[in-house]
Amino acid sequence: MKISILIGAVLLLTACGGPPTSHATGVYMLLDTSGTYTEEIEKAQQIINFTLSRLEPGDSFAVARIDTASFSERDIVAKATFDERPSAANVQKRQFQTRIDEFVDTVRPSGYTDISGGLLQALEYLDEKAPGRRTIFIFSDLKEDLQEGYVRDFPLAFSGVDVVALNVTKLRSDNMDPREYLERLASWRQRVEQGGGRWRVINDLDRLEALFQG
Amino acid sequence: MQDLFMITDSVALSALLWAALAITVMFLGRDSARRSIATLTRMLHNALRIAAHGLRRAELHLESRNREVLLAAGREAKERIVSREFERITATVARDLGRYPETQRTLTEIIQRIDEDHQNTADVPPEVPGWSKAVKAVADAADRADPSVREVLEAIHASLDRAQARSLASYRQASRQRHKLLSAMMPRWRHIQGTLKRMESAVSSILERSRSIDRHMDEYRDILAGTDRAVQTLSTSALVQFTVSALVIAVAVGGAVINFSLIARPMAEMVGGTSYIGTFRTADIAALVIILVEMSMGLFLMESLRITRLFPVISALPDRTRVYMCVFTLVILTILASVEAGLAYMREILLQDELATASLLRGDDAAAITGEALWITTAAQMGMGFILPFALTFVAIPLETFIQTLRHVLGMLAIVLLRLANVALRILGNLIRQTGVLAQHLYDVAIFAPLWVAERLSGRRAVSRREAAA
Repeated sequence: MKISILIGAVLLLTACGGPPTSHATGVYMLLDTSGTYTEEIEKAQQIINFTLSRLEPGDSFAVARIDTASFSERDIVAKATFDERPSAANVQKRQFQTRIDEFVDTVRPSGYTDISGGLLQALEYLDEKAPGRRTIFIFSDLKEDLQEGYVRDFPLAFSGVDVVALNVTKLRSDNMDPREYLERLASWRQRVEQGGGRWRVINDLDRLEALFQG
Repeated sequence: MQDLFMITDSVALSALLWAALAITVMFLGRDSARRSIATLTRMLHNALRIAAHGLRRAELHLESRNREVLLAAGREAKERIVSREFERITATVARDLGRYPETQRTLTEIIQRIDEDHQNTADVPPEVPGWSKAVKAVADAADRADPSVREVLEAIHASLDRAQARSLASYRQASRQRHKLLSAMMPRWRHIQGTLKRMESAVSSILERSRSIDRHMDEYRDILAGTDRAVQTLSTSALVQFTVSALVIAVAVGGAVINFSLIARPMAEMVGGTSYIGTFRTADIAALVIILVEMSMGLFLMESLRITRLFPVISALPDRTRVYMCVFTLVILTILASVEAGLAYMREILLQDELATASLLRGDDAAAITGEALWITTAAQMGMGFILPFALTFVAIPLETFIQTLRHVLGMLAIVLLRLANVALRILGNLIRQTGVLAQHLYDVAIFAPLWVAERLSGRRAVSRREAAA
């Protein structure tokens, strides 16, 4: 009798337990530091603070710069996986903000813009953290400018990843021929969606609530 | 496909031919068709009637069962009430009338004392000196001018004055003593009056309770006899109790939800805010478990105190064990209430921490948000965290009533549903039977022409037969 009860309990527990599902959110934010776009960095700071306020214990957040060769851990400005305890998570958020403030004060413009490398690094980071919900923010004008010798024209796997382009500013050339701007956006959308991801563009930074919607 | 129905080139003629053919076939198969329609509708009608009959039997069975349950519950409730009334009478008798011999002895003693005092307070007038008449005779006869006589008379007068003064003093002393005794009698009278009032109150209480017991016993006899009046009264009472207990439970659920919101957030600090069991956060489940454990402890406490009787095992425990259980559950409840108060305090701290962090992220001054009156909300939350578990303890009482009356209410609902289904099946059965009759008539309408001819022919044949017979 006891054995049958034990077997029943074990079977019940086995039936209940499937593969563990993570409810955490992973956010990787790429900051464009090329040329004049460095002037927009304060807006990025605002987005980072908003993101920090929205993330919960157990979530992961990393901020990395986009420079000449972005596929590198060295470009990660700050990263944290918040503690399970809310009080400890709050302390981590404050430390994170301090590191971002220091970065903003010392940032230097980069010569080239390797967005694809940054995306690859973001995907690698999110794969490693394996959160339930994955989001990549790209704070950039989306104009990729690779140094000679860097190969980035290969497909990226964005399966299950939300890619949100933020503050996609119009360049002078875009003003002369807006089709360039539209083609640039369409090309990135195509690249993300072909990789299995979802693509969104948010230029109105007064509506930051939309960052974590959908 | 259309060509298949075209017997001739003309559509109208083809339709006419098809109609004639159909009517002929219908006329030839009239008896069989009518029998088939009648059999089918009768079969359906009977099936529905049998089903309705089955439902009616189920309804009667359920009604009888419900009645038994109601009477059993009413009998048990009445037994409890009568038993409780007897316990109260026993307590009154033990408290007030149990000391009756002592009281009677006290009263007798007091009355004896009063009697003695009363006798001692009898007024005794001072005696008049017996020799005053003799002195008056001497005074009248003697020569008042004689100094020796005068001297004697003055001496007598002085002696009389002294005797009068002594008598007056003695009388005053006796009067003072009497007044003292009379004054001492007042508290004894009051004591007697108080004792008699207490006795009267105890006797009145017993008489009142005995009248209440008589009333309950009359109702109990009705219940035992299973009279319709008793069932009706119990049913109404059960419905009212069900409604009231459901309302109270709804209020208690509201309290439990508030309690949950108080402890769910800080619970994440203890068990972590990222782990999940199924789709629910472990912290939420832990908070819920604490509240449910508190409610269970409250339930056991009420059972130990014999206020509720959901678990006969607990009621049947020896008194000593029940007292241990009572103390044990109360201690656990107090510990859990203290834990909740601590969590409520932690919640406030976390909230302030989160507000400070959010403020910092917005770029505001973190120190600006700390308020002077913050301790009020903290104290209020802690108080609620401590009191709510004890308040939820009392949910056991409406819960018991709810569970006891739920069976009857569900039974009544089932009876109503069965009755409705029964009526619906009967209506449907009759509808089908009447539809069969209607279908037969419509069949005849469709073949009225050959029917009319057949009727005429059969009429003629009947006339011929009658003529031949004549």
